[in-house]
Amino acid sequence: MNELLLGLADDELVIGWRDSEWTGIAPMLEEDVAFSSIAQNEIGHARAVYELLTDDADALAFDRAPGEYRCAPLVQLHLLEWAHTIARRWLYEVADEIRITALMADVPVAAKINREEAYHRMHAQMWHERLRDEPRFRDAVTELWPFALGVLLPEQRAELSSRAALDEVAAIERGTFDDSFSALLHEMTIVRRSAPAGAQW
Amino acid sequence: MRDEQAFLEYVQGGGQVETGDWMPDDYRAKLVKFIEMHGNSELMGVLPEREWILRAPTLQRKLALTAKVQDEVGHAQLIYRVVEDLGKPRERCLADLVDGKAKFHNVFHYPTKTWGDVGVIAWLVDAAAIISQKALLKCSYAPYARIMKKICWEESFHILHGRDVILAMVTGTPEQFELVQEALNRWWGPLMQFHGNPIPKDEDPMYVWRIKSQGNEDARQQFLEGYVPQIWELGLTVPDPNLRRRNDGAWEYSEPDWDELKHVVTGHGPRTEERLAFRRRFLDQEQWVRDAVLAA
Amino acid sequence: MIYEVFRQERKGQAFEHAGSVVAPDAEFAEAWAREQYGRRGESNALWLVPREAIHDVEGWADEFDLKYRRVDGYSIKARLKEARERASARTG
Repeated sequence: MNELLLGLADDELVIGWRDSEWTGIAPMLEEDVAFSSIAQNEIGHARAVYELLTDDADALAFDRAPGEYRCAPLVQLHLLEWAHTIARRWLYEVADEIRITALMADVPVAAKINREEAYHRMHAQMWHERLRDEPRFRDAVTELWPFALGVLLPEQRAELSSRAALDEVAAIERGTFDDSFSALLHEMTIVRRSAPAGAQW
Repeated sequence: MRDEQAFLEYVQGGGQVETGDWMPDDYRAKLVKFIEMHGNSELMGVLPEREWILRAPTLQRKLALTAKVQDEVGHAQLIYRVVEDLGKPRERCLADLVDGKAKFHNVFHYPTKTWGDVGVIAWLVDAAAIISQKALLKCSYAPYARIMKKICWEESFHILHGRDVILAMVTGTPEQFELVQEALNRWWGPLMQFHGNPIPKDEDPMYVWRIKSQGNEDARQQFLEGYVPQIWELGLTVPDPNLRRRNDGAWEYSEPDWDELKHVVTGHGPRTEERLAFRRRFLDQEQWVRDAVLAA
Repeated sequence: MIYEVFRQERKGQAFEHAGSVVAPDAEFAEAWAREQYGRRGESNALWLVPREAIHDVEGWADEFDLKYRRVDGYSIKARLKEARERASARTG
């Protein structure tokens, strides 16, 4: 269970971090504001789940070696391009709903997360409908699909396949790290590492 | 009432103007330029802070900084809507901005170098901005005055956040204290220039039309009165040996570098070109999204 | 399309005009207005109305100063004083 929760928290942390890269540069200002809320929610979810596992959420979020993170490759990808970003958003929300609802029986905070995610799903669905005929978007979904499958446990993937209306393929599993991941961690921790451990910020 | 003199007396008497009302061409032109510059500034202000969202040292600071910058983007949206209703579409405002044809406030042309800058900007740059924004609550152009209410309400946490960041550092390690002092030393000049040169109110067309309800020097004095004591009480120094409060309550200070201000706002700041290019890159890259979505 | 946004701060209060959002349809307008006018929990509810649906009404004629239907159209002080004086003269 702890591995599952750590994977969930790390996914939320990293996708929240990636989503926050769009602050100030989203295609339209209204979307910039919406995306920023989603990023904040995700980081909030990461923190809430870390707090189930430790007293020091910041230490768990920031201070591990790259190989100790349990995030899925999907969230690590550096996708500063809108078709891919929205494709990832949509795929992630569909997968995450399956995962979160499965956890709700055993993990009370999962129900809270699930309620907050309702807005994310509405937002992702809205964009999916708008862009579904756009070749850029369809290509991005195809490209990211193996990564999306890797977010879930093998027994959950058939459900994802059904909801996304895509045939199951070989998944890119957790345990591998995208080239950009260590750059992400480096930037994420650059200020934190400049003071001794335990320094206040 | 299509008489410029009558309109002048009307706004100077506290009269409010709505979008569909007749207004002198000069009033409209100055209004659009002023409000557009404000929108541009909110938008350009995001870029220096954006880098630090990605580097925030705790989850709480990351959330707070994301929320603060989110507000600024939201403010840009509100402001450009007002400009659009006055006749200039947002796309043209953004095009003029990235082409270097439109202005934005001096402070957003400068680099941010450390987490100390994050604190100083949220605390002092936002404070300087709020003073101007509160004065705009009385703007003669009502749609703009109305959005200023929402803007001022949202800004209230920004300053607290900034002060909290500063306080954590000045009560932390000596190196952290130094980060704050060093950032303050770099930002003091631009802060003193922020409210503009001390043109007398009655010679400032923005005040004459009651678009601004406060003169530049009044705003600067308000800033000094409110914030220098707060700076000094933390043991920080202000890099101006001539800064002092007179017995009559007015603050004396070294003459700000007005040439620097002019040079910077006309597009020659240390980070101007880089930031405009960054904006231009993403505007161009995502044109297809706007075409796909906004073409209803 | 421009959508005007009306905001209800708390249940029971009136909806007040808060601003506008530009969106391609009602779905996007909702998503974006939720953010712009409610992300800090400052609104209980929103009404989104396409600007073209708003019918602007202005200008009332007030030529004959019909005071009888306003509170300031009544000046009762003098008569009240006299009525009180007469009443106390009767009893006194």
